[in-house]
Amino acid sequence: MKHLRASLAIGTALTAMIALSSCASNEGGTPAASGDSSGSASTSLSGTLNGVGSSAQSNAQTAWTKGFQTSNSGVTINYDPSGSGAGRKAFIGGGAQFAGSDSALKDDELSGTFALCASGSKGIDIPVYVSPVALVYNLDGVKDLKLDAPTIAKIFSGKITKWNDSAIAKLNSGAKLPSSSITPVYRSDSSGTTTNFTDYLHQVAPSDWTAEAGDAFPYKTGEGAAKGSGVVSAVTGGKGTIGYVDNSSAGDLSVVAVKVGGGFVKPSAEVASKIAETSPLDTARGSNDVVVKVNRKAIDTAEYPITLVSYMIACQQYKDAAVGSLVKAYAEYITSTDGQQAAADTAKSAPMTGTLLEKAEAAAKSIK
Amino acid sequence: MTASTAPAQIRARRRPGDTVFAGAALVGGLLILVALAAVAIFLIVQSLPAFGAKPEEITSTGAFPNFWSYVVPLVFGTIWAALLALLFAVPFSIGIALFISHYAPRRIARGLGAIIDLLAAVPSVVYGAWGIYVFAPFLQPFYAFLTSKLGWFPLFSGPASATGRTILTVALVLAVMITPIITALSREIFLQTPRLNEEAALALGATRWEMISMAVLPFGRAGIVSASMLGLGRALGETLAVAMVLSPSVVVSFFLLRSENPTTIASNIALNFPEAFGTSVNVLIATGLVLFVITFVVNAASRAIVGRRGGGKGI
Repeated sequence: MKHLRASLAIGTALTAMIALSSCASNEGGTPAASGDSSGSASTSLSGTLNGVGSSAQSNAQTAWTKGFQTSNSGVTINYDPSGSGAGRKAFIGGGAQFAGSDSALKDDELSGTFALCASGSKGIDIPVYVSPVALVYNLDGVKDLKLDAPTIAKIFSGKITKWNDSAIAKLNSGAKLPSSSITPVYRSDSSGTTTNFTDYLHQVAPSDWTAEAGDAFPYKTGEGAAKGSGVVSAVTGGKGTIGYVDNSSAGDLSVVAVKVGGGFVKPSAEVASKIAETSPLDTARGSNDVVVKVNRKAIDTAEYPITLVSYMIACQQYKDAAVGSLVKAYAEYITSTDGQQAAADTAKSAPMTGTLLEKAEAAAKSIK
Repeated sequence: MTASTAPAQIRARRRPGDTVFAGAALVGGLLILVALAAVAIFLIVQSLPAFGAKPEEITSTGAFPNFWSYVVPLVFGTIWAALLALLFAVPFSIGIALFISHYAPRRIARGLGAIIDLLAAVPSVVYGAWGIYVFAPFLQPFYAFLTSKLGWFPLFSGPASATGRTILTVALVLAVMITPIITALSREIFLQTPRLNEEAALALGATRWEMISMAVLPFGRAGIVSASMLGLGRALGETLAVAMVLSPSVVVSFFLLRSENPTTIASNIALNFPEAFGTSVNVLIATGLVLFVITFVVNAASRAIVGRRGGGKGI
């Protein structure tokens, strides 16, 4: 027994030491950004950038990091996809040089101070990542389901509970709808995908979807599942299930065609790019703070209204000019046609086009 | 010679090993206390703003008027899931432990013990993935059957979840996760039953089962309790497997097979922490503090039971 206790004590001490030292080495391993002070005139960049934020951007950031580091071998970019809220928090507090966020900076965040920005300078939002949100379902024998916003709202709020409900049947004449129950699957973690989905329903079908847009699913109907992968596995594994996920993770599941104007549109890169470009910008913000108010009520069948626009958040002017030039170069790469294409290839996002891309490029160039 | 001039005590020469070891043990012991205190202080300080949180800071939907209305369903879910898991795991584990210690031939017993221990080494994310991809779809037809045939029994009332990701599935996954701990500890305790007691029982004409129920189980009772409490502790704090498998809501609900299930504190934190900011972070940390207190109470209770029954056998 004594031996056991002794070895336990040693084991405990060792574990504690290892835990403490690994913690310390972690902190030491991520140095703050440092610009190349000797060659400020030269175009070669070096240093480390740390970004935190949206997990939706994760795959795209991997592609951008790889592309940017290939042409700038002295630069290291770390992106930690721990969530939009965590990203904005880290950026405001000075823990990250930039943030990735599915929602733009909020008013109360803009009224505060930003640790890394020069005095008087605020954070700006630059749209970098556009992706459609797909409604996926698993229903035997039904391949081309068509739904409109009020019906989707009723399904996800529990007012429609059977697949052969007259509202669904009316939109899908000819389809063999079973009498089985519908199980809507929502994100159990808070998520920008939920924000965009609920924003769409609240704007287009306000009488059926009374809850405001938010990152937590507002109703207690159906099933919750963690992350996009959880929703996909719940929809795949269940019977008569329907859920919403980023289009890139829809995989082999059947996708709903959503009613837009007089027709029905399935999510794709083209229709998502189109709506991001034609949607109005938030005019209450500064000229370099580019925030897209996605036009949920679109009636053009070349557009898909349940589209997520995700942002890179950076300082308009950094306290440390070297950090500023690094972030600027990175943002310029992301908003270039090359950067957008790299994300589209890797993350299957919708590349930004036209005036939106120009606005984003201009905002990226304005970083100091 | 008087008492005051008693011969100087003979002192053993202190060898370096003694000094080093005593120091290491002391540091190890103190570090645990420091770590615990640091965690407790962090939790308390960070929790304070949560008690005055506004409804929209607790969840973005503002469905809960104050912190307590939010945390009570979570506490319920945490304890409910862990107790259900314990309900399945304890009888099963005692059975396995008895089989290994008293029934199985030695060679089989050794192999089986190793396999059970291996279950403990499987990471919880693997259990979570197995739960959501294999176990939940596998159980769903049984759930549908239960709700249609035994729906009159309140716990089984429908409608059954279409995906099988219910609190019962979670409890079963948790039961598989805590079985190795309970089994391993119970087995060691059963093996320590005094040989004389067992042989005396057999000599009096007891069958093997009578011998076990008269000699082994009474001797091991305190050990079984403390093993179960260790299992309960793991089930209370399990995060990832629950977060992956369960279809969660913040509700108090005893129904085992529905889509709407009470969730646990740990998994709720894991799911909502990444997107939380401002006071909502404090709210989540405060729920963590509540979990910390629950775990403390569970441990203290098990200590009390073991202390009363086991008479300080060092278990």
